[in-house]
Amino acid sequence: MNTYYGNIHALKGIDFEVNDGELVTLIGSNGAGKSTTLLTIAGVLKAASGSRIEFNGHDLTKLSPPQIVKMGVTLSPEGREVFPELTVEENLKLGAYCRKDVKEIKDSFDQVYELFPRLLERKKQQAGTLSGGEQQMLAIGRALMNRPKLLMLDEPSMGLAPNLVLEIFNLIKEIHKQGTTILLVEQNANMALKIADRCYVLEVGRIKFSGDAKEMQNNDEVRKAYLGTVNKKK
Amino acid sequence: MTAQYIVNGLTMGLIYALIAVGYSLVFGILKMINMAHGAVYAFGAHMILMFVTWNLGAVPAVILSVLLTGGLLVIYDRTILATLRKKKAPGIAALITTIGFSYIIQNGLMIAFGTEIKAFPALLGEKMIQVGNVKFAFSQVYILVVSIVLLVGLSLLIHKSKIGLAMRAVEQNSRAADLMGINAKGVISVTFFLSGMSAVIAALLLASYYQTVYPTMGVMIGLKGFSASVLGGIGILYGSAVGGIILGIAESLTVQFLSGAYRDAVAFILLFLILIVRPNGLFGKAKVSKV
Ligand SMILES: Nc1ncnc2c1ncn2[C@@H]1O[C@H](COP(=O)(O)OP(=O)(O)OP(=O)(O)O)[C@@H](O)[C@H]1O
Ligand SMILES: [Mg+2]
Repeated sequence: MNTYYGNIHALKGIDFEVNDGELVTLIGSNGAGKSTTLLTIAGVLKAASGSRIEFNGHDLTKLSPPQIVKMGVTLSPEGREVFPELTVEENLKLGAYCRKDVKEIKDSFDQVYELFPRLLERKKQQAGTLSGGEQQMLAIGRALMNRPKLLMLDEPSMGLAPNLVLEIFNLIKEIHKQGTTILLVEQNANMALKIADRCYVLEVGRIKFSGDAKEMQNNDEVRKAYLGTVNKKK
Repeated sequence: MTAQYIVNGLTMGLIYALIAVGYSLVFGILKMINMAHGAVYAFGAHMILMFVTWNLGAVPAVILSVLLTGGLLVIYDRTILATLRKKKAPGIAALITTIGFSYIIQNGLMIAFGTEIKAFPALLGEKMIQVGNVKFAFSQVYILVVSIVLLVGLSLLIHKSKIGLAMRAVEQNSRAADLMGINAKGVISVTFFLSGMSAVIAALLLASYYQTVYPTMGVMIGLKGFSASVLGGIGILYGSAVGGIILGIAESLTVQFLSGAYRDAVAFILLFLILIVRPNGLFGKAKVSKV
């Protein structure tokens, strides 16, 4: 796919795939185009003509954001983007906005509350008054309310204290284990590679490396550029 | 005597409340003042008159007028305002087009119906009722009941229904609303329609009470409704409604204790005073900050 912001060519013909059941991570430095990639898949940004984004045989570039959500492709955006003056419960309800199976939405509430008991305790609280970590849980929970077939997470660990980062990553692992396909964008490449199956490295709008997550952790070039030199080889 | 003025003030206040809510709905979602709202009110009144003159009966006339007036606002938004939003035009551009739109509507009404004051049928009856020493028209009872039902209904719609939740979501974070699969365009259209509907109902109630309509009938009441909305807290439905009621009663008491000549001045002085003490309006609140 190719994506432009006006004249700025942000995604310069990137090509990648996520297979059913995988946890794939997309890493790269600031401004590489990670968020742009996810927003283009979600249909919020228009892919340039000639792009093709295929999901279970459907071309997503021809669909509107609501249609894409209905297909089961859900994005939890960078910076959480919760609805600040709505309650936790209302935020979650909005995550299920496109679902027609009204009766089963209650089950999803139960699942999300089981995964994030803190959201249950705070279900009547305004989302804007939650802590950063709780807002992140809400953003992920809200995305899960759509029962996504493909869950896209944009920097879920951003701005969180180290122990919370660990908690969030464990939860992502758990969500993946329960059968959700995940495309994870992270600054925290070390952590992302630990839980991912495969990885793509993005650099100024192009894919620079791709491969198995475990191998990538041992790739000297990748480690130097993205994982920091302090990281010891396993 | 004072009770009489309070009853009259409450009647007028509820009409202001309906108008105020129309401004508030649109402001909530678009952060824009629809300066054409007063003209939309006049349009609704003339449409009712026209359909009644065609002998369609009062109820169908009101329903048709709601559909037509709401539809007019939706088309106006979809063609002009939506285009401005898409091109990221500054707020001032949208504001001036709403002023332009108000003159286009009034001009259209003058051409189609003439500038003179026309008689409006007493659709809500002409009977007078006396309770103790308070006298009021039967139509005032209608005003009371219908406007309260409408205000409560709108409030329930916004706070309890799925479309209401979507409206509040678009209002607070339209980017995130996109990601939920909410069709923002549709939600904005519903909002404009509801705003138009509340204006038509206000027009029906007040025109039946005064039994007159004319093309510029919405100018002053539009401004008062706007003031009431800011006074109570624009963007907050119950705040706007309470603002309207306060304004109506204050005006009526002014007429009793000072004179009718001070009515408009007092309304706006009240607005100044309340805003100086509470800049966001009586029920306006500072936004919950995003962490
Ligand atoms: N709205 C916009 N208008 C113009 N350029 C933009 C816009 N949003 C992003 N860009 C540019 O597109 C490029 C990719 O941005 P993107 O947000 O996708 O990066 P990212 O990889 O997610 O970075 P980060 O790690 O900082 O979140 C950057 O050069 C950025 O400046
Ligand atoms: Mg980003």
